[in-house]
Amino acid sequence: MKKSNSIWFNLDWITVLLYLILVFLGWINIYAAVYSDEHQSILDIGQKYGKQLIWIFAGIFLAIMVLTIDSRFFTTFAYHIYGITVLLLVAVLFLGKEVNGARAWFEFGSIALQPAELGKFATNLALAKCISQFEFKIQKMRSYLILVAIIALPAILIILQNDTGSALVFAVFVFVFFREGMNGMVLFWGFSAAALFILALLLDQFNLLIFLLAISLAAYGVLRQSTKEPFIGLGVLIGTFLAVWGINSLAGLGGTPLQLIVITTIFDALLLIFYGIFRHVAEVWRIILFFIFAVCISISVNYFYSNILESHQRDRIDQVLGIKNDKLGRGYNVNQSKIAIGSGGFIGKGFLKGTQTKYNFVPEQSTDFIFCTVGEEWGFVGATTVLGLFLILLIRLVAVAERQRSQFSRIYGYGVACILFFHIAINISMTIGLAPVIGIPLPFFSYGGSSLWAFTILLFIFLRLDASRTKNLR
Amino acid sequence: MDLYSKRKYLIIGLFSLVSLIIVIRLFYIQVIDSSYKISAASNVLRREINYPARGVIFDRNGKLLVYNQAAYDVLITPRELKSFDTLSFCHLVGVDKAELISEINKAKSYSRFKPSPIIKQLSSQMYAVLQEQLFKYPGFFIQARTLRQYPSKIAAHVLGYVGEVDQKIIDGNPYYENGDYIGRSGIERAYEDQLRGIKGISYKMVDVHQIVKGSFENGRLDTAAVIGKNLVSTLNADLQAYGERLLSGKVGSIVAIEPSTGEILVLASSPTFDPGLFVGRERSRNYAKLLSDPYKPMLNRAITSSYPPGSTFKLANALIGLQDGLLQSVRYSCAGKGSSPIKCTHNHETPLPLISAIRESCNSFFWQSFKSEINHYATPADGLDAFRKSLLEMGLGKKIGGDLFSETSGSVPSVAYYNKYYGAGGWNSLTIRSLSIGQGELLVTPLQLSNMVSLIANRGYYIAPHLVRGIQENNVALDTLHFEKHVFAAGAANYEMIVDGMEQVVEKGTGRTTAKLDSLTVCGKTGTIQNPHGEAHSAFVAFSPKINPKIAIAVYIENGVWGAKYAAPIASLIIEKYLKGKIAPNRQHFEDAMINSDLISTMNIEHGD
Repeated sequence: MKKSNSIWFNLDWITVLLYLILVFLGWINIYAAVYSDEHQSILDIGQKYGKQLIWIFAGIFLAIMVLTIDSRFFTTFAYHIYGITVLLLVAVLFLGKEVNGARAWFEFGSIALQPAELGKFATNLALAKCISQFEFKIQKMRSYLILVAIIALPAILIILQNDTGSALVFAVFVFVFFREGMNGMVLFWGFSAAALFILALLLDQFNLLIFLLAISLAAYGVLRQSTKEPFIGLGVLIGTFLAVWGINSLAGLGGTPLQLIVITTIFDALLLIFYGIFRHVAEVWRIILFFIFAVCISISVNYFYSNILESHQRDRIDQVLGIKNDKLGRGYNVNQSKIAIGSGGFIGKGFLKGTQTKYNFVPEQSTDFIFCTVGEEWGFVGATTVLGLFLILLIRLVAVAERQRSQFSRIYGYGVACILFFHIAINISMTIGLAPVIGIPLPFFSYGGSSLWAFTILLFIFLRLDASRTKNLR
Repeated sequence: MDLYSKRKYLIIGLFSLVSLIIVIRLFYIQVIDSSYKISAASNVLRREINYPARGVIFDRNGKLLVYNQAAYDVLITPRELKSFDTLSFCHLVGVDKAELISEINKAKSYSRFKPSPIIKQLSSQMYAVLQEQLFKYPGFFIQARTLRQYPSKIAAHVLGYVGEVDQKIIDGNPYYENGDYIGRSGIERAYEDQLRGIKGISYKMVDVHQIVKGSFENGRLDTAAVIGKNLVSTLNADLQAYGERLLSGKVGSIVAIEPSTGEILVLASSPTFDPGLFVGRERSRNYAKLLSDPYKPMLNRAITSSYPPGSTFKLANALIGLQDGLLQSVRYSCAGKGSSPIKCTHNHETPLPLISAIRESCNSFFWQSFKSEINHYATPADGLDAFRKSLLEMGLGKKIGGDLFSETSGSVPSVAYYNKYYGAGGWNSLTIRSLSIGQGELLVTPLQLSNMVSLIANRGYYIAPHLVRGIQENNVALDTLHFEKHVFAAGAANYEMIVDGMEQVVEKGTGRTTAKLDSLTVCGKTGTIQNPHGEAHSAFVAFSPKINPKIAIAVYIENGVWGAKYAAPIASLIIEKYLKGKIAPNRQHFEDAMINSDLISTMNIEHGD
């Protein structure tokens, strides 16, 4: 066998090293999180850190197994793996064990398996397979529908398990599509919608409408590359509003400020449309379209928020946006988590010296809130170091993805990076109150075999593909 | 090769941007904002107070007057409470269910996280039982305290009591906090700083369930409790007990002082109460009961009631006259123009010199001596001023300023007082004549009377009467206390004249029947104080022996008919008991009569004074 063909020779050892460092750091922090003076040994398998060590060795074994599989296996059976995973996701709805209100686990004796974890790499494989087909052109509407279907199927099944957090992960594939040539406007509209969602919750309708008008004027100015026209528009708006307001008070119609501004907006929109038609200004349509889109989003946000979200989900969003501040109720976890991290200071309290985590003030501190232990015991320096390691891993994965000869491997690689990114960003953000608590683990850190193995398989399939990067896989 | 490969930079940029936002946020909450460190400390730190044992109090012979016994408070942390069998818990600690539930609710409304006491001062027997069962009641824990115990139920007024601090005390003194105990009266109050010791404070680390996990920073910030200092009282416990027995059934008081030192041997006020009533869980009920008692047993009459001194005051009057050189050789008659308008109450030879006048307690003599003392000065006002100044120097009508808590001053009316009633210049010695025989507006406490006798016994000085003679730490005498010496210089020979007069009072005067001892010379003076509300009050002051006196005493019995009836026998019995150790058989009947007499049940209760 030629040396250059060896898997071990072609393996990206940098990524492997980063993986091992992160897993080791995770294990140390689990040890610190559940540490108690009475505990006998760091290897005690009665304790979480002892178990996690077993999961880690099993994970490394799984990684080696994955590396020994022929890379063509993944391209050939991508859809099959996806199909089986979807079946498992259906099955778990009926056969799974309910834990904390989520029916998401299969139990085999002492081992529990969460099919939602498998959903991530299975979907990633399916998407890679789909996009890398010769005839596939991502810009087509039909293509979008297919991709959305591939994502939506497992995501909806996971939502049905009552595990919304894990389902949200699937949204991150939009960045993979972007890399593969999706129209950038989709991302723009997506971000706009997200921003509007937040604004619609923070502002009342009157202020929201004024905000949207201001944004539209600014956008119009940018599109027309003119500073004069937005100001004329502003003058027209203010003039119309004063006129409407004057008529309202003189005639004693008793309209509310909101009604007045709605009337003003409709009147001026009609004015703008006539202006666009007579002066042949094409940008008018885009602004009108944007405005209608924005208004629709804002209206639907309120409906979605108060009718579709469950109360605990509403509360978590309210906590992050600062609408509610209930430190003893819904906000207890996040508040205690912030206290733990915040009290770590610049260099931290030292290994095993974190009082908040050691004395169990932070709930779920070895799973979803494991970052608290990092923040408390290792301080800003440690937290930044861990974050830095994750960022290096992500950038390395992008770099490795970019060196692939086959599009399949590249797409899969970006999928891995994006999935990890979503978990890291959301998990850490929720421990410091930047994101709502949606209960997803921190990759390689959080306690639990199922998620560790899922991330390991996800990552090492990519490393296996990368080891065959000179081949053209489809 | 591929059209969109530049988009990798956008994606890497996104990863980096989000990481940067997180780093900025981490920097803010970890480095800039210090509030999380404070919250973390309050999460994990519990401040525990170790209450030191309060100092004990001995009598002058080393007999225990007050000591401590362990008692236990039951506290709860509402957050940790689980549902429990309230009935069997109530049974264990002897409270009723409604009370328990209301206490728990009170604790909950105070704080769900901080412990509050719900049952206070559990006895050690109940504690032993509860301790075994405590595991059944999560959220409950026990804190040890000490309670005051009194081996003999005496000297309630002198010792005072200990009670929980109120908000006013907490606001006024940073040492105290909610739930602390403080001396509220008597020696407990006057010597609070010595007795209380210093609370120890330790910081414990607790977990989310408030379970103690260890000390904070290895106890670097902890302070050890310092045990309270012991006091050696001046009281003679046996004599105090005897005095209290003699007072039974009567309203009045006894103050006995060792003249040479100013040490109070007996300070008894009747009716009295068991000091143990103010300890333990029945405390507030007992307190209310004592408060509503019409005879006001909580009142320490020996130092807080002021009475007209009656004829006992004639000693002071004489002393002032002698000091001014007016009485050494004079004889006053109790008949004729000069004696008017104060006549004598009984027949005796007349005119008399001072010594005999004291013996006979001749009202006329002392009215005339008073007149001469006032008129010795240019105006009656100047005369009264000088007279009053001398009385204050003798310690009458002012706080003497030993270590007694809540002493009243009494009063010697001033020039201003009479000017207010009669106008300046509108009065003279005749107007204020009732002062001469210790009646009228003159008010003194029994303590002041005994101090006056002490001054005479010492022939010219007194030491502020006090209740504590020494402070001990770990049974080692720490320091002896020093109290001010006050001199009233009237000339040794003059003092001897008064002493001789007092000797004659007991030998052959008003005190001869009830105060005379075969074995000892007692120098005394009776007083019978007119009382518009009922029977006259009975007063007697004395010291003994004549040379080198060991005890000076004042006894004041409300509604005691006349001086020799109750006050004189009681005073002489105490002197005899103290100096001889036992009562002579021929005087045994006095003791029986005093102990068994009952004035209270026939008394009119005077409300509102």
